[in-house]
Amino acid sequence: MSLNIVVLAKQVPDTRNVGKDAMKADGTINRAALPAIFNPEDLNALEQALQIKEQNEDATITILTMGPPRAAEVIREAIYRGADTGVVLTDRAFAGADTLATSYALSAAIRHIKDYDLILAGRQAIDGDTAQVAPQVAEKLHLPQITYAEKIESVKDGKVTVVRRLENGVETVVSSLPAVITVTGSADACRPRNAKRIQKFKYAVTPSELKALDPEKTKMVESRPYLLLKEWSAADVNADPDQIGLKGSPTKVKGIVNVVFQAKESKCIEGNDQAALEDMIKELIVNHTIG
Amino acid sequence: MANFYNDNPDLRHHLTHPLMRKIVELKERNYSDAEKYDYAPFNFEDALDSYEKVLEIAGEISGEVVAPNAEDVDHEGPHVVDGHVVYAKGTQENLKALIKAGLMGISLPRRYDGLNFSLVPYIMAADMVSRADAGFVNIWGLQDCAETIYEFADEDQRKKYLPRVCAGETMAMDLTEPDAGSDLQAVMLKATFNEADGTWRLNGVKRFITNGDGNIALVLARSEEGSHDGRGLSMFIYDKNDGGVVVRRIENKMGIKGSPTCELVFKNAKAELCGSRKLGLIKYVMALMNGARLGIAAQSVGVSEAAYREAFAYANDRKQFGKPIIEFPAVFEMISLMKAKLDASRSLLYETTRFVDMYKIYEDIARERTLTPEERQEMKKYQKLADAFTPMAKGMGSEFCNQNAYDAVQVHGGSGFMKDYACERIYRDARITSIYEGTTQLQVVAAIRHVTTGSYLKQIKAYEEETYSENLSALKEKLVAMTAQFEEAVNVVVDCKDTEYVDFHARRMVEMAGHIIMGYLLLGDATRNEAFVKSANVYVNYGEAEVAKNSKFILSSSMDKMSVYKN
Repeated sequence: MSLNIVVLAKQVPDTRNVGKDAMKADGTINRAALPAIFNPEDLNALEQALQIKEQNEDATITILTMGPPRAAEVIREAIYRGADTGVVLTDRAFAGADTLATSYALSAAIRHIKDYDLILAGRQAIDGDTAQVAPQVAEKLHLPQITYAEKIESVKDGKVTVVRRLENGVETVVSSLPAVITVTGSADACRPRNAKRIQKFKYAVTPSELKALDPEKTKMVESRPYLLLKEWSAADVNADPDQIGLKGSPTKVKGIVNVVFQAKESKCIEGNDQAALEDMIKELIVNHTIG
Repeated sequence: MANFYNDNPDLRHHLTHPLMRKIVELKERNYSDAEKYDYAPFNFEDALDSYEKVLEIAGEISGEVVAPNAEDVDHEGPHVVDGHVVYAKGTQENLKALIKAGLMGISLPRRYDGLNFSLVPYIMAADMVSRADAGFVNIWGLQDCAETIYEFADEDQRKKYLPRVCAGETMAMDLTEPDAGSDLQAVMLKATFNEADGTWRLNGVKRFITNGDGNIALVLARSEEGSHDGRGLSMFIYDKNDGGVVVRRIENKMGIKGSPTCELVFKNAKAELCGSRKLGLIKYVMALMNGARLGIAAQSVGVSEAAYREAFAYANDRKQFGKPIIEFPAVFEMISLMKAKLDASRSLLYETTRFVDMYKIYEDIARERTLTPEERQEMKKYQKLADAFTPMAKGMGSEFCNQNAYDAVQVHGGSGFMKDYACERIYRDARITSIYEGTTQLQVVAAIRHVTTGSYLKQIKAYEEETYSENLSALKEKLVAMTAQFEEAVNVVVDCKDTEYVDFHARRMVEMAGHIIMGYLLLGDATRNEAFVKSANVYVNYGEAEVAKNSKFILSSSMDKMSVYKN
């Protein structure tokens, strides 16, 4: 039985290694100062897809990413790790999208893919930290959704069994297919890039990247169809122009404040006996740090 | 995000050595695989780009997986459960990552699922993995043994075993026994041919076997009943799937604790003869050991790198008397000498690797077609150089590795003596490099004939002929003067026509040659890349003093004075 898995991935600025120049004066991200990376939890999602593929020989993994043309790098990185193919959803009309417009565009692209059994995504991206996109995609496609997945245990007989990581423990749930699943960072780390695959696919390009290649490489890409990645515009996926990009984004940024975390007040509980310990625990319960 | 390839531009410098174009062209048979395999390169630039991309993967795994696991692996170590080895948790993770990345069988031909890479990027990966964890590199690096299967086993055996190595099965070379260490001629493990089922059976004990429970092992055993020397030994392939070997215990070692060093008991274990009978020691083990020595040379350089980096970081970080300790002459000299020894031994490592690569590729081409007289001559030239350089790279590289590990602890002062800092583990791990695969003393035994027959001198003269940057001319003059001292000392010793006397001074003479060779190599590096000018200066100054010291010792000694040292 063929199994089509779509993994949603995003190229994000590496906010984990923030230097002094990471933020512009107006409080927005200085993308030029931060290297573009594969969103970490999307890599966890990809690993789950690859593990499913290892158990289901005829599973195929398609990476779907929305972003500028250079987001094709995310597709290549995924292919080096074992994904089969990918689509870059790119169009100036998509620019400025909030989570609503993004999930609309992605769901339009997924509809365009047509055959899909599982849609996997990282729980959230490290630039926006909303965790909204994949759940909205599920709503738009009228699919069941399972969030906070830590392990996709099995996919068989039209059902997927998933272990969810919750605050107080784990929960195993079963859903019919197709379904949307978001994967947490506590799931298995993604495997490394593979030496043979990186050699095979290092020249994989989107049509717009192909234009920039020298004639020799162009010829090679043309003679090896697997090197040509897909690139779709808003029109390709029949997206309603009113629901994409800035126009389709009801979220308006009112202002940005540069918040520097610091302790405003502190309380010291004296003593090193049982009573002092109990006092401290009471204090922590009262201010809701624990309990 | 630590990447041991990207954070070390010295590696790229060696990967892009001018000789690489020829090596890759020969290895790729003019890129003829490009039509057959979708991951084969179509020209040199493409191949080199692939090497770099794959080294980036190896560098990422070294930096992100292997290095962070090193401390836990050192503490946990492997265990024996029901006669088999269970690796430490971190070791299992490391191995899994390298297998998923397809970094097994790196230099094997594509028809056996290998990457068909030159030895240079393979050794470079070993260099990085060693920097991350010297113990782990043994498990991963034993893929070297596959080369021996490729070179000497028959086609059925190649097809059976090599793809399994490429898929991630680990290997072992079972040579040492309780009474056969440096002297492998004494190997006792018995191989008997069972006429009934037409198989060989092995019985006996092996000791000190690194990764002894690996999936596929090369076993040296006595196949000729009644024989007592090396001519009665043959090489066998043992497949763990067939069973018959149990791990009796794992040694409790000073260092490289993550690498299981096993005592093995063979109980009628089924095995296949590899190559021809009686050539086990005299031909196959020699080839195996040469490959392994190059591997240890790489391990030494990797550990040296780790030691240098730990010392450099600490010396910058640690403040005493109001300033970082690296600002004190006693410390900055130590740090710069560490770097110079590291750079020198790495240059020697890759020079040796290129020599080995060149002749091995020619040897391989000779399996497909007759070599032209020019090619045959070139093969012989590189084989000679490889023979001369391998023991030097292993011997001096491992000694420098130990010196750097010692100095790394020294720079850390009291803190370095505590388990809190990585240098303590590095110090213990370094210690084995100058012992296994032949002690430094045995490397000298292998190297000394290249002193007495003049092959080092010949190569030194070839280096002398090369063109170096003008700003290095003072250093070159020093090297010329050092060469004269070397020649003089060698002549004095050789003229005595006494083997014992030659042996007495052997290490001194081999080291003199080594200092001069490494000095020239650094001159070449500094000519191609200014980043090496400092190390070239520091190293030649150091080598000059060492050569003078050895020269003084040799010239002021005589055969009759040797008796003072005898017991």
